[in-house]
Amino acid sequence: MPEIRVTPLGAGQDVGRSCILVSIGGKNVMLDCGMHMGYNDDRRFPDFSYITRNGRLTDFLDCVIISHFHLDHCGALPYFSEMVGYDGPIYMTHPTQAICPILLEDYRKIAVDKKGEANFFTSQMIKDCMKKVVAVRLHQTVQVDEELQIKAYYAGHVLGAAMFQIKVGSESVVYTGDYNMTPDRHLGAAWIDKCRPNLLITESTYATTIRDSKRCRERDFLKKVHETVERGGKVLIPVFALGRAQELCILLETFWERMNLKAPIYFSTGLTEKANHYYKLFITWTNQKIRKTFVQRNMFEFKHIKAFDRAFADNPGPMVVFATPGMLHAGQSLQIFRKWAGNEKNMVIMPGYCVQGTVGHKILSGQRKLEMEGRQVLEIRMQVEYMSFSAHADAKGIMQLVGQAEPESVLLVHGEAKKMEFLKQKIEQEFRVSCYMPANGETVTLPTSPSIPVGISLGLLKREMAQGLLPDAKKPRLLHGTLIMKDSALKELGLAEHQLRFTCRVHLHDSRKEQETAARVYSHLKSLLKDHCVQHLPDGSVTVESILIQAAAHSEDPGTKVLLVSWTYQDEELGSYLTSLLKKGLPPAPSGGS
Amino acid sequence: MMALPYITEHTGFTGTVYATEPTVQIGRLLMEELVNFTERVPKAQSASLWKNKDTQRLLPSPLKDAVEVSTWRRCYTMQEVNSALSKIQLVGYSQKIELFGAVQVTPLSSGYALGSSNWIIQSHYEKVSYVSGSSLLTTHPQPMDQASLKNSDVLVLTGLTQIPTANPDGMVGEFFSNLALTVRNGGNVLVPCYPSGVIYDLLECLYQYIDSAGLSSIPFYFISPVANSSLEFSQIFAEWLCHNKQTKVYLPEPPFPHAELIQTNKLKHYPSIHGDFSNDFRQPCVVFTGHPSLRFGDVVHFMELWGKSSLNTVIFTEPDFSYLEALAPYQPLAMKCIYCPIDTRLNFIQVSKLLKEVQPLHVVCPEQYTQPPPAQAHRMDLMIDCQPPPMSYRRAEVLALPFKRRYEKIEIMPELADSLVPMEMKPGVSLATVSAVLHTKDNKHALQPPPRPIQPTGGKKRKRVTDDIPDCKVLKPLLSGSIPVEQFVQTLEKHGFSDIKVEDTAKGHIVLLQEAETLIQIEEDSTHIICDNDEMLRVRLRDLVLKFLQKF
Repeated sequence: MPEIRVTPLGAGQDVGRSCILVSIGGKNVMLDCGMHMGYNDDRRFPDFSYITRNGRLTDFLDCVIISHFHLDHCGALPYFSEMVGYDGPIYMTHPTQAICPILLEDYRKIAVDKKGEANFFTSQMIKDCMKKVVAVRLHQTVQVDEELQIKAYYAGHVLGAAMFQIKVGSESVVYTGDYNMTPDRHLGAAWIDKCRPNLLITESTYATTIRDSKRCRERDFLKKVHETVERGGKVLIPVFALGRAQELCILLETFWERMNLKAPIYFSTGLTEKANHYYKLFITWTNQKIRKTFVQRNMFEFKHIKAFDRAFADNPGPMVVFATPGMLHAGQSLQIFRKWAGNEKNMVIMPGYCVQGTVGHKILSGQRKLEMEGRQVLEIRMQVEYMSFSAHADAKGIMQLVGQAEPESVLLVHGEAKKMEFLKQKIEQEFRVSCYMPANGETVTLPTSPSIPVGISLGLLKREMAQGLLPDAKKPRLLHGTLIMKDSALKELGLAEHQLRFTCRVHLHDSRKEQETAARVYSHLKSLLKDHCVQHLPDGSVTVESILIQAAAHSEDPGTKVLLVSWTYQDEELGSYLTSLLKKGLPPAPSGGS
Repeated sequence: MMALPYITEHTGFTGTVYATEPTVQIGRLLMEELVNFTERVPKAQSASLWKNKDTQRLLPSPLKDAVEVSTWRRCYTMQEVNSALSKIQLVGYSQKIELFGAVQVTPLSSGYALGSSNWIIQSHYEKVSYVSGSSLLTTHPQPMDQASLKNSDVLVLTGLTQIPTANPDGMVGEFFSNLALTVRNGGNVLVPCYPSGVIYDLLECLYQYIDSAGLSSIPFYFISPVANSSLEFSQIFAEWLCHNKQTKVYLPEPPFPHAELIQTNKLKHYPSIHGDFSNDFRQPCVVFTGHPSLRFGDVVHFMELWGKSSLNTVIFTEPDFSYLEALAPYQPLAMKCIYCPIDTRLNFIQVSKLLKEVQPLHVVCPEQYTQPPPAQAHRMDLMIDCQPPPMSYRRAEVLALPFKRRYEKIEIMPELADSLVPMEMKPGVSLATVSAVLHTKDNKHALQPPPRPIQPTGGKKRKRVTDDIPDCKVLKPLLSGSIPVEQFVQTLEKHGFSDIKVEDTAKGHIVLLQEAETLIQIEEDSTHIICDNDEMLRVRLRDLVLKFLQKF
């Protein structure tokens, strides 16, 4: 029995190090290759030894697909391809291919230069890894090999994020990566056609949340920033260099301009400028409005937002700082946070999801005293706000996507087990499809029943279709044919079809004209054979299914009519039944007839 | 694409139009420029009486030679352009678009311009490629996708180079040497051009050439209502560019160096000669502007301004118009005229290379390509040469493509497939008879297992009929083979039939059983038994016939 097997190596009932193995139609595909932000040991990368212990990965995987450039989706890629060893193709979209190496390099720098980790991938490895990448465009059908094809759909979430359809023959799986079903200030909404996959693998970060309208959240955000700045406080917004950062920058930029505010806005690290540049060059991936107006005014050229310098953090007076990374687990955002945490006038706004184990997660769960490196205890007096700007689909969005794609079954990844449980029930109830949520290392097996494509001779098809057009078109008809396995035709085998046809003469005593006899036969059969298709054709003949009945005058006796009943061997039972039926004669003619 | 509004707005066309995103965006710019140029010179009245065939015949050349004047139309408006463009559905290269389940359409990179496409139209067993305006040269767009054109039944080939004898690289060289020469002598250079396309390549060459030729102090002006948009748009279609340019975007840097020319103020662009341009205008200079026909647009002003001085030069690069005709109304001219047409589309040498590579079964092309151009009748190399010879077509001709559809794809449902029992007829060839219900939906066919027989119910029927209505769904095997008449007759005799008469017919034989008033027509592939309504007899005959046939 053909089947689809799915094993998450990461992101199974968890957020982080997304990595999912899919076997479909004899092909093995790895979806995403991410790292876990919450761990600093072996657990940060997926356990690739699951794929093979001693063989080469290339022999076991047909391709790797990266959905977008977030490190929890691509962070383990150089480790996987260069240190574990994989030489096959890696597919991702153009923007992802452009931005991914920069984030990897950034990640490497923090890990190696700041934390002094050994045995980490090198810059050269990132470069070598990126050489194996094949860029895909949206909706392009990429033929990985003869049978395996993949297709990317727009996913929103971040610049270049894509959902992927993986198809072998008539079986298919859709992997959403991370996606967003509501357009935001800089990106559009995810979209997929009704591709009816056997399985939809969807993220479920916000499995239980239904978010209020975007406008309210934006107003709330602006109000909080504005209030803090008014009373002379400093606002720290930890972000990742690409994604939310640009959305919030556009938001603040327009607000500052409208309100004519003077407090400085800074954006940390050198990435910013570059990041904005990527948005300018890949403007076709942003939302409709930005694309339309970019010639007049490029939304990614900010007037009020300036580059941040480390020394600015100690400047007196209000300011807003966007700093990386977004979960306060390292780097500049953490440094600034430590400086500002003690002052209750200040505020930190977490605009996105924080993985367990990060400082961001701790302060959001209400911790007010943090143990930092070197046993220092940091007391947090600044206000902590959480505002979900992360561009994941909420429960409503996920349901919407399931509705759009109409899968036969759904598999949840990239979420917390408890929340998944809730969503799973909801999906099973609403769509009546089975829903799975495997843990890491657990395999889900889905039996499939792919249909078998064969060629049908056009003549046969047209003949059948023409008959299907008769009044009873809805009624199933039997089609007889011969299936040849191997590309030779029936004739080549020296076997011509032989048609055996019978025609029986049935004598009827009826002095009326042939047409009237035929009409009587028709009404008689029609009343008797309710389950069959009985027709009176314009040429005067009557058909029952494919059996032809014609009335003719008797050559000698004008009072007798001859019914010619003709059928093929395949219709023998019906044919012989009809003749016996007709032999019994017709019921007395309706009153008008005689 | 430039004629699209005429189809979508005036013919009652209601279908979908498919195009790539750069095609739509840049097409919009080209149309916008055209509309802008024509609307600048509104005509109070338009003459149409001359279009009458009898009148036209009497007019001087070239009017009297113009063909199909009655079909000439007035230029569309921006409103019509927008409406036409709103009917376009965007597609990407290698995207497979299903049309009514019957055919699949796929655009492929043609390598000629940003987003330019060749198209594949295919059903499950047939493939037609449409190759138009393709280029094998390395310029800014993504290289032409040749591999996907392989295995075509028919390849429709059009949009070849207009100037098969000119080498684009040589022309670019000539272009710059003339440009430099004029400017050094204190003259101005005018380049009539479209606002998109070759100009990107020219600007790029300019960028490399400008310093080495000591032209850095000369201002370059690009004047078009869509100049700014065109330059901006060219920078955002990274995914449609050649590999080199894509790599640049990854850095991230703008793919085209004209961004730097603009930044350093070497290249300036203006929507028209009015406004800012009149303040900034310095001579000597180089001006790129439209329209290349020299009939309208800002180019007209420059022709009149500079035409009288022999210091100045006009350089024609667009191959669409004859430069002599374009210049005719401006004569006599003192300014120098240089003709360096740059047409990167396929020439005949490249075509034969392409055809060798792709190997289509048939080639279809316009009539003009099947013979050398009239002006160079001896150049036998300036025509398409392939085996079998190409089918040609002319205006408004309907061609029947030379292939016959024989098969269609159909799906066999797994339950049905399970029930099939293949027999091996000879090594490697297996056979199974299929009896199934055909389901056709959205032009997709599927075979499903036949429904279970339903026992007829209902008491009334039974009273009147002695036996049940037979279940016509009982599957009967297919028959094959043929019946040897002599042996058949012998068998009949053995089974007690006498008085058998055999008649020969055109296709076979008729066996007459005179006693039983029965007639058996035997042909190569069919047998027809015509008898009286005698079930016993019929069944006997049937069994005898079946003895001679194979069942599946």
